[in-house]
Amino acid sequence: MDRHELSRLFKDFLPGEAVIDHPVSLKAYECDGLSAYKQQPLLVVLPQTITQVQACVSLCSEYQIPIVSRGAGTSLSGGALPHAQGIVLSLAKMNRILDIDEYNRTATVEPGVRNLAISQAVEHLGLYYAPDPSSQIACSIGGNVAENAGGVHCLKYGLTVHNILELKVVTIDGELITIGSKALANPGYDLLALMVGSEGMLGIIVEVTVKLLPQPETAKVLMGVFDSVEQAGDAVAAIIADGIIPAGIEMMDNPAIRAAEDFVHANYPVDAQAILLCELDGTEQEVSVLCQRVKSILNQRGANETRLAKNEAERALFWSGRKAAFPAVGRISPDYYCIDGTIPRKTLGPVLNEINRLSEQYQLRVANVFHAGDGNLHPLILYDSSIPGQLEQTEELGSKILQLCIEVGGTVTGEHGVGVEKLGEMCIQFNEEERNQFHRLREAFDPDKLLNPGKAIPTLARCAEHNAMHVHKGEVPFPELDRF
Amino acid sequence: MDNNAERSLVEQVLKSISDKRAINIVGGDSKSFYGRTPCGNVLDVSKHAGVVNYEPSELVITARAGTHINEIEKLLAENQQMLGFEPAFCNQYSTLGGVIAAGLSGPRTASSGAVRDFILGVKIINGYGQVLRFGGQVMKNVAGFDHSRLMVGSLGTLGVLLEVSMRVMPIPETEMTVSFEHEDANNAIEFFNKLAAKPWPLSASAWLQGQSKIRLSGTENGVVETIKNIGGEQDDNADQFWIDLKNHDLQQFKQTDFIQRVSMPSAAELSTNPAEQVIEWNGGQRWYFDQDDVKQFQSQVELGNASLTQFRGGDRNAEVFSKLDPVSMRLHQNIKNAFDPDRILNPGRMYKDL
Repeated sequence: MDRHELSRLFKDFLPGEAVIDHPVSLKAYECDGLSAYKQQPLLVVLPQTITQVQACVSLCSEYQIPIVSRGAGTSLSGGALPHAQGIVLSLAKMNRILDIDEYNRTATVEPGVRNLAISQAVEHLGLYYAPDPSSQIACSIGGNVAENAGGVHCLKYGLTVHNILELKVVTIDGELITIGSKALANPGYDLLALMVGSEGMLGIIVEVTVKLLPQPETAKVLMGVFDSVEQAGDAVAAIIADGIIPAGIEMMDNPAIRAAEDFVHANYPVDAQAILLCELDGTEQEVSVLCQRVKSILNQRGANETRLAKNEAERALFWSGRKAAFPAVGRISPDYYCIDGTIPRKTLGPVLNEINRLSEQYQLRVANVFHAGDGNLHPLILYDSSIPGQLEQTEELGSKILQLCIEVGGTVTGEHGVGVEKLGEMCIQFNEEERNQFHRLREAFDPDKLLNPGKAIPTLARCAEHNAMHVHKGEVPFPELDRF
Repeated sequence: MDNNAERSLVEQVLKSISDKRAINIVGGDSKSFYGRTPCGNVLDVSKHAGVVNYEPSELVITARAGTHINEIEKLLAENQQMLGFEPAFCNQYSTLGGVIAAGLSGPRTASSGAVRDFILGVKIINGYGQVLRFGGQVMKNVAGFDHSRLMVGSLGTLGVLLEVSMRVMPIPETEMTVSFEHEDANNAIEFFNKLAAKPWPLSASAWLQGQSKIRLSGTENGVVETIKNIGGEQDDNADQFWIDLKNHDLQQFKQTDFIQRVSMPSAAELSTNPAEQVIEWNGGQRWYFDQDDVKQFQSQVELGNASLTQFRGGDRNAEVFSKLDPVSMRLHQNIKNAFDPDRILNPGRMYKDL
């Protein structure tokens, strides 16, 4: 079906301004946060009600038109990359907070509500929504659910999947179902867990009920300064072995420290090989005791210096460098490519050494920021897309790093999702029978495979192509590494 | 002794597929009372046992499904760690696989999370007789659909669990319980939910027979300071109470073989106040012992705001879990079909048509 004809069908039930069909206006939707991949869709539709979403989905189902749902478009894995023969279903106009249930500590919102807006709406009650991906000012809760978004406080407060109670979902048949409830136990299979992180492939999320937590009485941040990333990694293990679960524990390596310091002047030690930022929260009494314990562990583990943020302003300053790490790297390089592997924490030293070796081999600089508590590593590869071939080199280096993560017992994506970006690596992490199980599950929801086709789970053909390129006679990659 | 029975389990599943005979998956046989009446040939998973990997500083343990849950808890305790969901309804024979498949969580659920919140990865045999791994041993992992959590509470209808990786928690430095008199359960529910909105280290709550109990866990000074704020009478023998509550060893549960569970939003008020009831999870989980006592929840169950489980006793050939709406039931059947097209694995254990 051509663009004009399809547009007319949508305009039968959507207001004219809710159907975008002009190529110039469509340009705004041709990519998400992963701008290396671009594709113009046939149309973009912006429904404002659940009934309109149902009508959109039913129409697409009838004419077999692929649907890519989209929230704020901040995905870092190309999850919202349009399909050439499909529509983009934007939930951005469904952005109302529907209900705040103070006594049950829940908020029910439309999918286009921004992550941070939820916490802002309940701040006066002393409550907040815990998951805080670094894009929280912009990203939408619907997208957070689709990607199972994380953030810096996951070790203590969990991912999106731990903080969602109920979803309203439109199925590919245009039917509306409720998954989960405000109760903590529900009959049947855990479809809620299945929907969270399903990358828009099982249904369209049209309403989200989140859990709200009491704001901690206080939060304090300690900085530990180290001569090596291994020492910093050991210190993290020691803190956790001591029975402490910090609210957040983040590590940056020297290139990341320097980039951040140049950008925000957080007074970071630019000669350090690694810094740890450890946030402790809870009651005043608890936090004062934990700060003492963490400080002495950092010292025992060889920190050259430990600093406790003296007040709220200094705490914000300590965090500003970490939070600005991505844009800071953006300042020192024309482009950067963010990787999202997760590794068992104990493998951090060897993994970072191997990344450094690969960085030299490919002649591409890498800065590392690390959610150290939960093993989620974000190497940022610095490159220049105007130099022919450098993006391809960068992607190859990124792929090597992800294979390394699998090799040491980790995963190719901790919080950014597979999208279009990591399809090749999924062929390595999962065997054919496992991938087929994913495909069968998907078909249980969407037999015609119209919802976000081509994402998250690679086809057999895609993997055959990938394996032909990357596997040589069953050779084990990285033979020089210890096996964990 | 080799405790790896994977090959034999796969062979038995394949045999059942070719014979088109149902399998009844059994670990320690401590939860055969739960769900609908089991049918089919017993597949004994208890021989597939042993801890595969445990690194205290990684906060992760991986064990075979037949491992006794006692053994896992003992090993964790030696390293000052524990299972954060407090596995419920366990005895000395209970296995890890059974705990995951039944998905029953204990008193800590409202503050720390349920079984599903702690699972990181699984290895299963599906209904094709294939051994598959999903998830992993790391905290954050969004590669592929979340088949690990899907297994929790699926009562063995989607796969035979072979191995499970779970996140563990440090044992709190201090735990204290305080008691309060609340004649009316609604007062207790209001009290629990007001406390739960405060930034205090609550780890469990329960109300029965006019008495509320609140457990606090954390650093000693944090717990003591909280008790100064909330008051109540300190209960020095509470550890056994919380264990008895989770395993249904309290008098209220032992004197009957008919138990119903109501799961609902924690702050929801009761319209009538049955003489015998036990309330926990700040009101999110409520136990009843008489058919008439749950009638007041019927309209909420029909609206989907609450669910009712015929937990123990009664007619177990009838449906025992709240009815699913037709679209959800169709999705459940499609999912079952995606894992187990021949309906070999625990057929009918959860719902008749599953």
